[in-house]
Amino acid sequence: MTTTTPYDVQPGDKVHRGDPVTVDRHTPFVRVNHWTAVISMILLWISGFALFHPSLFFLADLFGGGENTRAVHPWLGVILFLAFYGLFFRFWRACLFARGDGGWLVGMPALMAGGDEEKLPEVGRFNPGQKLFFWGMAIMLIVMLVSGLVIWDVYFFPYTTIDQKRIMVLVHSAVAVLAVCGVIVHVSMVIWERGTLQAMTRGYVTGGWAWKHHRKWLRELVTGGRVDA
Amino acid sequence: MFPPLPNVSVEPGPPKLSNADLVKRSASSVPPPERQLTPVAKLIDVSKCIGCKACQSACIEWNDTHPEIGVFSGSYENPPDLTPEMFTLMRFTEWVNPEGNLEWLIRKDGCMHCEDPGCLKACPAPGAIVQYSNGIVDFVHENCIGCGYCVRGCPFNIPRISRTEDKPKAYKCTLCSDRVAVGQGPACAKACPTQAIVFGTKEEMTKHAEGRIADLKSRGYANAGLYDPPGVKGTHVMYVLHHADKPEIYANLPKDPKISPIVEIWKGMFKYAGFVAIGGLAAFSFLQQVVSGANRVSREDEESAKRLTGHAER
Repeated sequence: MTTTTPYDVQPGDKVHRGDPVTVDRHTPFVRVNHWTAVISMILLWISGFALFHPSLFFLADLFGGGENTRAVHPWLGVILFLAFYGLFFRFWRACLFARGDGGWLVGMPALMAGGDEEKLPEVGRFNPGQKLFFWGMAIMLIVMLVSGLVIWDVYFFPYTTIDQKRIMVLVHSAVAVLAVCGVIVHVSMVIWERGTLQAMTRGYVTGGWAWKHHRKWLRELVTGGRVDA
Repeated sequence: MFPPLPNVSVEPGPPKLSNADLVKRSASSVPPPERQLTPVAKLIDVSKCIGCKACQSACIEWNDTHPEIGVFSGSYENPPDLTPEMFTLMRFTEWVNPEGNLEWLIRKDGCMHCEDPGCLKACPAPGAIVQYSNGIVDFVHENCIGCGYCVRGCPFNIPRISRTEDKPKAYKCTLCSDRVAVGQGPACAKACPTQAIVFGTKEEMTKHAEGRIADLKSRGYANAGLYDPPGVKGTHVMYVLHHADKPEIYANLPKDPKISPIVEIWKGMFKYAGFVAIGGLAAFSFLQQVVSGANRVSREDEESAKRLTGHAER
């Protein structure tokens, strides 16, 4: 009964019968990839905030002082960029916007205020909020990389003018603030939707979680025969 | 002529400049100093400069720097630019004046010691850049993290980051703060054979400049004037220019230097906007969860999932 795989189903996705039903959501590789991005980002936040404002300069001590902080921050950025783009090439197709996504976004504020999720259109593997975060990060990390290279004086000082560096250092910190805001929402939603975090820690979610939050995806897996005995 | 700097006593005495005299300290604050030192200034009279580079040699000697042996690059300028080892540089310009005559303009470039220092404003490292109450702006290398933000902050393109050391650091003219601390003047002023570089209080220097400007005007330089740009609230290194209306002809000396508005935004309101955005969103996310409670998967959801997966089996 195999049909063509829907655009958002990933190779490792699989439903396991039981009580409760469980659904494999993220492979070990994806999880390692994701947590590499998380760790590099946490270190980027610490080192970046140390340079963002004098009141946070004490954070530089966690890296052994301002010089080390200044030296390590760009390299962490490179790691984050590579880690994110590892996820990007895996998930970009699944993060294309689909029919019904607009309605979901319109209904989301009511859900966040405590409304009923049944009133929102069913969504696939990723909900439109996740997709926005995904594409937002994809764009912001390119801006962060480009602006970061321009202000990475150790290697790239001669290639741009001082005025270009002034603009890029402002762009770099402004987009960093936006990215931090995006991550705050991302983490906040993971905490709010109980049962979500285990998708990235243990790799699977319960059937009820998939039914409640990503029903279209669950249906795709079931009708696609991705169910074991 | 302004009298040459006297040789001072070598008897030890209390320092005339210390951390108690700081009025500004990068990325941190200092208590208001108990005494106010007399503002000092170095006056560079471009019209008296003969381009001998004694000032460059004296600077290298006093600061014990070791500039690379350079190559001829088609100009008298040597090295071709300021470096972490060359804090001051004679910049030579061949300017054709409106009458069609060639004027050889020589400007001693280096830190201007701005009253409103852009380097200090941009610096993220506490105490890496300081300003004394006599106006000297100094880099404190043990606090410098080598980020190059001072390069972005400076309206005169002066600081240079050393890449030859293990750890990059920013370097520039100190106005010989170590010499001033013991009652001497800068090494360049001491070495200048024509008194084109003189050093004293800012008041004395301004007054001396007036005499020089009057002299230049009497000799046909109608636009002679003092370069003490108000955009950075004045500088503690000033020029007497024979063409003060066109400072840019002196190897691009900026006409109206001020800290770049981008730097002002970046180091000013933007920081607060960033904190408000991040803090506000974090507070909102927290309140959202407290008010509307966790979004939990219910027993019925699990049952529905079971029915869905079971149904597919048949």
